[in-house]
Amino acid sequence: MNIPNLLSVESLKLISSVNGKTLVDNVSYNLCAGEVLAMVGESGSGKTLAARAILGLLPPGIAPSEGRILMNGEDLLQVNSARMRAMRGAQIGMVFQEPMMSLNPAVRIGIQMAEGLRLHTQLTAAQIEARCLEILERVRIRDPKRCLMAYPHEFSGGMRQRIMLASVMLLKPRLLIADEPTTALDTLSQGEVLDLMTELAREEGTAVLLITHNLGLVARYAQRAVVMNKGVLVETGDVKQVLYSPVNSYTRKLIEALPRRGPVLTDSGVKTPLIEARNLSVSYRDNKPGWWRKGRVRKVLDSVNLTVHEGETVAVVGGSGSGKTTLGRAMLRLIASSGGGVFFRGHSIDGNNAKQFRLACQLVFQDPYSSLNPRQRIGDIVAEPLKLVRNISKQEASQRVIQTLQDVGLDGLALRFPHELSGGQRQRVAIARAIVRRPAFIVADEPVSALDMSVQAQVLALFQSLQKAYGFACLFISHDLAAVEQVSDRVVVMESGRIVEQGSRDTVFDQPQHAYTRALLAATPAL
Amino acid sequence: MLSYIARRVALTVPTLLLVMVAVFALIHLIPGDPAQLMLGDAADDATLSQLRQHLGLDRPLTVQFARWLLNVVHGDFGHSITNGLPVLPLLLERIQVSGTIILAAVTLATLIAVPAGLIAAWKQNQTVDVAIVAGATLLLSIPSFWLGLLLMLQFGLKLGWLPVVGYVPLSENFSEGLLYLLLPIATLVMIESGILTRMSRASAIDVLRLEYVTHARAKGVSESQVLRRHVFPNAFGPTLTMIGVILGNLLGGIAVLETVFTLPGIGRLLVDAIYARDYPVVQGVMLLTALTYVFINLIIDLCYPIFDPRVTT
Amino acid sequence: MKAFFKHKNGLIGGAMIGFIFVVALAAFFWTPYNPLAINLHIRLQPPSATHWLGTDEFGRDVLSRVMAGAAASGTVALLSVISAVGLGLFMGVVAGFFRNWVDRVLMAINDTLLAFPGILFALGVMMIVGANKWGIIIALGLAYTPTVVRVVRGTVLSIREKEYVEASRMIGNSELVTMLRHVLPNCAAPVAVLTTSMVGWVLLSESALSFLGLGVPPPAPTWGNMLASSRQYMQSAVWLSLAPGLCIALTLLGINLLGDAVRDKLDPRMVVA
Repeated sequence: MNIPNLLSVESLKLISSVNGKTLVDNVSYNLCAGEVLAMVGESGSGKTLAARAILGLLPPGIAPSEGRILMNGEDLLQVNSARMRAMRGAQIGMVFQEPMMSLNPAVRIGIQMAEGLRLHTQLTAAQIEARCLEILERVRIRDPKRCLMAYPHEFSGGMRQRIMLASVMLLKPRLLIADEPTTALDTLSQGEVLDLMTELAREEGTAVLLITHNLGLVARYAQRAVVMNKGVLVETGDVKQVLYSPVNSYTRKLIEALPRRGPVLTDSGVKTPLIEARNLSVSYRDNKPGWWRKGRVRKVLDSVNLTVHEGETVAVVGGSGSGKTTLGRAMLRLIASSGGGVFFRGHSIDGNNAKQFRLACQLVFQDPYSSLNPRQRIGDIVAEPLKLVRNISKQEASQRVIQTLQDVGLDGLALRFPHELSGGQRQRVAIARAIVRRPAFIVADEPVSALDMSVQAQVLALFQSLQKAYGFACLFISHDLAAVEQVSDRVVVMESGRIVEQGSRDTVFDQPQHAYTRALLAATPAL
Repeated sequence: MLSYIARRVALTVPTLLLVMVAVFALIHLIPGDPAQLMLGDAADDATLSQLRQHLGLDRPLTVQFARWLLNVVHGDFGHSITNGLPVLPLLLERIQVSGTIILAAVTLATLIAVPAGLIAAWKQNQTVDVAIVAGATLLLSIPSFWLGLLLMLQFGLKLGWLPVVGYVPLSENFSEGLLYLLLPIATLVMIESGILTRMSRASAIDVLRLEYVTHARAKGVSESQVLRRHVFPNAFGPTLTMIGVILGNLLGGIAVLETVFTLPGIGRLLVDAIYARDYPVVQGVMLLTALTYVFINLIIDLCYPIFDPRVTT
Repeated sequence: MKAFFKHKNGLIGGAMIGFIFVVALAAFFWTPYNPLAINLHIRLQPPSATHWLGTDEFGRDVLSRVMAGAAASGTVALLSVISAVGLGLFMGVVAGFFRNWVDRVLMAINDTLLAFPGILFALGVMMIVGANKWGIIIALGLAYTPTVVRVVRGTVLSIREKEYVEASRMIGNSELVTMLRHVLPNCAAPVAVLTTSMVGWVLLSESALSFLGLGVPPPAPTWGNMLASSRQYMQSAVWLSLAPGLCIALTLLGINLLGDAVRDKLDPRMVVA
């Protein structure tokens, strides 16, 4: 390629001054004008730090000790702060991960968007406003005028990310760094934001450094890719080559960790219904009711009918607000329904069998960081559910706990506290807690969404092996269609509180009927 | 926004009512017969029963409360036992003195503390920060009455720059009156800036960690602008709450400074009234102070949305 | 650098408090002289070898009075704080966890109590229960309970949103068990931080009350009433005002430093002054 490099990172080394550890070591890559380079890695790989070094925005205590970052001939690590500030925003723009926290909640959007233009250009206020409105329309924000006067908390995550994008592209930078821009968004919003980003970049000729752990996105949007592992660059090259014929063993491990469709899991013989939702509805009152005003009623689940049979895995997918999380909790009677009922083994759940129902059903939560009591040891967490089982001796109970910990691969860690474990290990504890009573039915609410890719693969595999061993039925709630593809027998698609499509996994994935299903599948990037 | 204001004001009403009930109940919980407490041991039974009837002490409690409430609303807080003067005008006169000192001190302290806290947070763990934190911690550890005594000793008695005893109302003679207020205000400013600086610094440190600050820097905004436009509005909220708490504490604790500097303020009035068992005055001070504090909290809550627009939802 | 400095602060604070605690404890059993022994022959003597901190206007040994004052103020402060935290914890957890009419009633009461600034409230309570040592303890304990309730309730409100609380219900635990086993232990950190600050506030309030003559009645010495009676002799016998004042200031400083260290260790992200 004879196109000159826009950005050239040479032998970058970042060291932490707190403990002297090398966080990024000898990283070199380059980026041409107008191309999209993906930087792939898991948490702790140093990819965010390497990117922030370009803008000089490293957290306190971390500094570059070696290397150069060349942009248009200037070494960004050597420029003075005034020059750096002039370049930030105007030459190099950055979009961050958390849409909730990247916009100042106390300042109107219009003022925040105008800030960059006021700093780097000589435009008048009227011209600035015109440009802001124009780009807000471009990112498809309805009613741009109102948006300028509004505050960030009035918008959803996806919209905030689009506003961020607009605000950054407003300055037409030469380079756009996007640090996990869509990780916090649901599937449909992810697609929208990235499509927009690449469109805008192409129009302006902006090069994009896309930092992500999602290989599907890399396949869809990037031309070249670099892979980082523990601060070191392990592979670089064309996207097709890196993803389909990787050279490095770590890259290969990542590719293999991607969930893929396995064989049809349970045979389609006659199965007994285990738990049924009949016309299940759940409504919430919006707003806090005041003395004189009743809150607005919002229907989150609208007359949903769903049957889960013994031993099968039913996946529930949908975007945020589809009601899938509520469905899981309503079926477990953790939240009250406003209509319809839940039937367990043919009987409705009331005072008599409520206790039995509790014992037979469990929930695995999404967030491994808040689903475990930080003051309880792992052994106690797993043992606690057994305290409610009537006829089990102390000895049997402790045996069961040891067995369960072994099953999930955590033996020997019974005395540890949650904060001493990694995210993946914590999720295993949550699973252990769920299976210790050998339940008949488990609801897994986004169980792997918060985990790194390779860890996801391990946990999914664990889940499947446990199901084979203990035969529990599972309601697998997720927005990650790839994970769903791997573990489910049947798939249920929800939108706005209703089921819009359901069927066997292969049918739904290969021949989607409903428009929403098709949109979800289209938005999910895959290799 | 309007609904937020309306809601917040409406919430004050039950609190006000309960405050009145509490103050009323207080006097009636004090052991002893109110009439006897007021007239002392020398009074004979006839006078006592006459007073009881006059005060309506023989009627049921609810009726007494209603009468008292009605009087209060009309501005009749009763009369002082020690000198027979009406209570409310006395209270208002005294609270002006205390109020002037408190408001002046807290305003000055805020003007010093907020920038100091921001700077300390910005240069976290460097020499400037360490110095500011050390200074603030030292200041807030000193009891106000001791500091007042020391300042009085140094500037009043030893150097003779400022008067030590007495008071001249500002309305009469501003410059002379100011001299009398300088020491007490200075004492308060020193201590309260210690507290406020630490608060301001702590919340600024929290905000500096947040992503929108990095985002602002990524746009090329200069550090001082980041502090002013992005950090300050978001960090001020907890400090504002603290200011409310301090104002409340000072309303209660101003008595000590007024004792040290012999100022005719409302704290001193309360202490004297307690000694003299002048219960109408005690009641009046409690009521006025509590009402003022509720009002202050209301104002602070109404100011909150300026700094955090999310509050109105 | 940062870690070392913070560590040092906590150690210094802890050492200061430890020292004062030991002295106060010792004062229960022994002081150099009897704090109440009047000896008009040796009144108003500056610090010397026999009387390390001098004597006051009645010839009483200042050092012994300071030590006895430490014991008295310390007892009042600790007992008040224990009652405030105990009562406040109970009310706060019940209100925050159950969130029904109980919560609303408790909060109405709490807000009313909070409308009366600390010392004012204590004075009011003392008028009812009497101005003696137990009166002050009850008064200060009640005066600071509402603050504890507010903090505890706030903590409970945020904890009950955590998934492990839902998990406890999921397992089948009763509400009571969930509250005791999962919510209460996790309140420990904010409560610990609050408690350390509160000891300082209560100590200050107690000295202020004594200074006003409304605290522990003389001739029993507390640092506050010692300061009050030193006013007359400010220029002639400056050690009389320096000793108790310095004691209060150093104790508060120690408490603050220790409190900072406690907070940094337990929850570095809490925003507290």
